Amino acid sequence: MPVRKNFLFVLRHPPHGGIQAQETLDFVLTTAAFDQTVRLLFLDDGVFQLKHGQRPEAIGFKHIAPIFGALQLYDIEELWVEEESLRERGLTAEGLILPVRLLSRRQVAAFISTQDIVVSC
Amino acid sequence: MPVLHVVSGSPQGSHALAHCLARVQEGDALLLSENGVYAALVDSAACRSLNVFPRLSVYALTPDLEARGIAFDELWPGVERIDYEGFVDLAVRYPISLSWF
Amino acid sequence: MKFAIQINGAPYQCQASDSAYQFIRAALRKGHEIVRVFFYHDGIYNGLGYAMPPDDERPVIGRWSALAREHGVDLVICISAAQRRGLLSEEEALRAGKADQDLAEGFRIAGLGLWVEACLRADRFLVFGG
Repeated sequence: MPVRKNFLFVLRHPPHGGIQAQETLDFVLTTAAFDQTVRLLFLDDGVFQLKHGQRPEAIGFKHIAPIFGALQLYDIEELWVEEESLRERGLTAEGLILPVRLLSRRQVAAFISTQDIVVSC
Repeated sequence: MPVLHVVSGSPQGSHALAHCLARVQEGDALLLSENGVYAALVDSAACRSLNVFPRLSVYALTPDLEARGIAFDELWPGVERIDYEGFVDLAVRYPISLSWF
Repeated sequence: MKFAIQINGAPYQCQASDSAYQFIRAALRKGHEIVRVFFYHDGIYNGLGYAMPPDDERPVIGRWSALAREHGVDLVICISAAQRRGLLSEEEALRAGKADQDLAEGFRIAGLGLWVEACLRADRFLVFGG
């Protein structure tokens, strides 16, 4: 029987400072294509990746919002966002490009510890 | 399952340590590596934040301490110095590692 | 224990690849197995074959090649990240009509699938960022 593990990608950095956000999504999609269980956790500046209204073409960068939109096609349905990270940055769940599941900061540690492989992005 | 947190950013130069400490739980381990070892300086503001969980085991990589001139008597007593083989042992002991940079 | 290691940082720009290298050497000394070392993002620069550091500096890229030679460690550079940054194997250089390949000895260029496979085979997974 093929091995199936729980992968958690922890995204902590904003998009468009470099290519990392886009390359991280390549990682995420490849993992899902290998039939693994994939979850994303947005912490700290990582929540900016989901902010509505981004126009990265203004600085010549590729739009990554469509890639987030494709996650569901790969059966990636659990996008977790820490509530405090949103609040500290003046954002709300309603202002994000996708529906997300919210975690409080207190719950993050326990959530991380239930995964098999945690990828710091 | 306890987690090994590896912090490599400097405590004042990056937010890695503060962000990590906001998410640790009892029984986790914290390894200070690279510029992260500056948090082990006993008189630093960062060091005071390391005492947040009595059951959080804190380690610092000896080669990184030496490279940065942090002597034994400048270290917070609550941090255990380990070498790279000790780092490997930690990675074996803790099934999940989370890097903060 | 079997380890899968991911390296995101470029040599010289940060300490990530140095820390990873020392960790891997220590793991091998202790009898553990390195399933694969996967270089991603700017970590691909660890595979630049033309690096010529001064004699009195650590040979960051050369020592990776030595690690592959001495212990058979599988050093894999992500093909998409490499192509984006201009690191090409001999086959790709030929295909793209470039003058030469610039991949260091002991490395191979492959897709993200090899990273996933390494994670599934390994007991432990670590990321060295930067």
